[in-house]
Amino acid sequence: MTSTNYAYLSNYAIYSAMVLFTIAFIAHAVEVAFSVRNVDEKTKFDFSRTKRSGNLGTVMMVLAFAFLLAGVILRGISAHRVPWGNMYEFSITGALAFTGAYIFALWKYKIRWLGLPVAIAVLLTLGTAITILYRPSAPLVPALKSTWLAIHVSAAIISGGVFLLANCIAATYLILDRYESKGGRPTWALKLPALDVLDQLTYRLVAFVFPLWTFAVIAGAIWAESAWGRYWGWDPKETWAFITWVAYAAYLHARVTIGWRGRKAAWLCLFAGSTFLFNYVYINIWGTGRHTYSGL
Amino acid sequence: MTTTTELGAKSLASWLWRQLTSMRTALILLLLLGFAAIPGSIFPQRSQNPLKVSDYFKSNPGTAKFLDQLQMFDVYSSPWFSSIYILLFISLIGCVLPRTLEHLKGARAKPTLTPKNLSRMEFHSEIDLGSLDAAEAWFRKNRFRIRRDATSISAEKGYLRETGNLVFHLSLILILIGIGVGSLYGMKGDAIINVGDRFINIPTSYDVISFGKLQSEKTLNPFSITATDFKARYELKTGVPSDYKLTVNVADPVGSKEISRVIRVNSPLTFGSTKVYLQANGYSPLVTIRDKAGEIKYQGAVIFLPQDGNLTSTGAIKVPDMNPQVGFIGSFVPTFARNSQRGAFSTYPEVLDPRLLVSIWTGDLGLDSGNPQSIYRLDTSAMKRIELKTLKLHETHNFGEGSITFEGWTPWVNLQIVKDPGKIYALLGSIFAILGLLLSLFTRSRRIWVKERVGELGLEIAGLAKNSAPGLENEIAALVSEMRNLGK
Repeated sequence: MTSTNYAYLSNYAIYSAMVLFTIAFIAHAVEVAFSVRNVDEKTKFDFSRTKRSGNLGTVMMVLAFAFLLAGVILRGISAHRVPWGNMYEFSITGALAFTGAYIFALWKYKIRWLGLPVAIAVLLTLGTAITILYRPSAPLVPALKSTWLAIHVSAAIISGGVFLLANCIAATYLILDRYESKGGRPTWALKLPALDVLDQLTYRLVAFVFPLWTFAVIAGAIWAESAWGRYWGWDPKETWAFITWVAYAAYLHARVTIGWRGRKAAWLCLFAGSTFLFNYVYINIWGTGRHTYSGL
Repeated sequence: MTTTTELGAKSLASWLWRQLTSMRTALILLLLLGFAAIPGSIFPQRSQNPLKVSDYFKSNPGTAKFLDQLQMFDVYSSPWFSSIYILLFISLIGCVLPRTLEHLKGARAKPTLTPKNLSRMEFHSEIDLGSLDAAEAWFRKNRFRIRRDATSISAEKGYLRETGNLVFHLSLILILIGIGVGSLYGMKGDAIINVGDRFINIPTSYDVISFGKLQSEKTLNPFSITATDFKARYELKTGVPSDYKLTVNVADPVGSKEISRVIRVNSPLTFGSTKVYLQANGYSPLVTIRDKAGEIKYQGAVIFLPQDGNLTSTGAIKVPDMNPQVGFIGSFVPTFARNSQRGAFSTYPEVLDPRLLVSIWTGDLGLDSGNPQSIYRLDTSAMKRIELKTLKLHETHNFGEGSITFEGWTPWVNLQIVKDPGKIYALLGSIFAILGLLLSLFTRSRRIWVKERVGELGLEIAGLAKNSAPGLENEIAALVSEMRNLGK
């Protein structure tokens, strides 16, 4: 099979994954919308009636993950390299990492309720990737030809996926916190975990991935030393990676050492995550530094 | 009187020190450092792109002047940025060093006393069997540090959490030291050489060179590099580069036997702590300029700077030895095309159908004025343009005052030569920082207490996990079931 064929196959796999994500999205939406039935008065609720819809959502999510994985791998085969050469490829791999982080957290912490926001976020990412960011499969420019590409970019993408997941949970925390301070959760949110569980989960994810992000930055520095002659040069991308690092370091200190909990910690986490997103979207597309590999 | 002011000053100093080394201040400084880094990614920086800075000055002179006063074009070397990170590191040292000493002392000390009221702790349970001896055996088996008192045991595990934490923070200091050493004793320079030329590593060979504050010029490694061949490969469809390969002959020291080596974008040449990088490349057209009598006044390769991805390149040829002086503003097009909108331009970065476009000027080149001039630009303020001409390969054109011949071309490469003796410390610091971070974030630090019940048989058990790390519940359950099994 030729490179072009592999590239087409990759595109089909990604389209299929998007269909599956859409089904997962609908299934989770049904689960959330109809999950709670008032059995009698206000006290008794029936949470079990949309269980099957939720199960369907999870199955679709796992299948979609498999198709997305295939899409990313085929893309790599078509270009004879790791599939991280332009922003389209960063985006599909980022969506893969994000879904992977969700499935991992689902297996460890029972957070199926996150399926709905995850499905929405992934569909948006893939939709933008395939319509606006898409570029034909091509070899790498010389500066990207290095083993460090695989190491640095995979660490950064996985970190990004987990950061976004932590952001989703922190945002949920803030929304539910608002409801609770105004007198109570609406019925659809009754099934969601307690606030301190969300708070703790956000912290777990950040603490888990912070060393990986640190590693991504350091691996980038080592690579920059061999490609550009300096390990740190305050290139816009480097600067924002540093800002993200500092923001998450502040989050961890605030939580562990000073003992911030809840609302303040969630806002700080959202802020840190938004610096990552800003770096990915703004600096990649409109930035001027040396990290302009978006291919746009 | 003096003693009170002295006391006052002392207590003020110690108050300031306490404030600076407090966690809250450190956190504020950390966030501040993040915010302070932002302007450097918005405004062009002199250290990265001086041309962009001067462009900014040209397009918005007023704002630029104001911004310059705030050092917005030199953010990362500005006093306000430096003061934030210096304060942060003082705060860090003030926080970490005492904790390190305490931690070292703590390594030999026993765990703290068992609290009086265990029911206030986490996972409190009481069982009517078990003994302190059995509990101690379980703690030892599970490698807890223990303190056995008459009626209780205080056990502790996860000491490495704080060790990792301290290693991480001390490593950050090591990274900063590495950066400092690099900027004080380092050196960085750029040199553009044509393929075929030899570069000798002395300061005058460089186009741009800067030394660290404590580095003198005498310490450049005495090597020479001769560029023998340069190959650039491009994607046929898109013209995007896919590989650059520079072959060089290296003599270290100068004059010794030459060895052939290859430099690529991701694989620099190394001489101790000095590295030679391949950074950019372009074309130098080869020209011969003759005067009216046919005598050669200039012959050689003139470095032109690429203007786009297809290497349309521009530059200047200056011939001061003619009367009047002659200058050319040139444009080298490796693969020629022309349309009404763009004029002449290149459609592919390799040389397939080259042209040399020149505008010919006569008059005073301004070389004697004493003002430094760019070799890539012609100062036409005292010159007159006499002609425009597009030259094909090997074509000679007569322009009245003389003639110009487009003989060919040679590629040039930009070598960046960097000496950074501090980077090894930064690297070591980074490695230890990650190891420390992993240790501190993945080690669970927790205490378990066991106490004999007063007035009846059995034990009281409770624990406390630092930062509510998970898993303590299971551990206590395991201890309880062990006691139960032994009691049977």
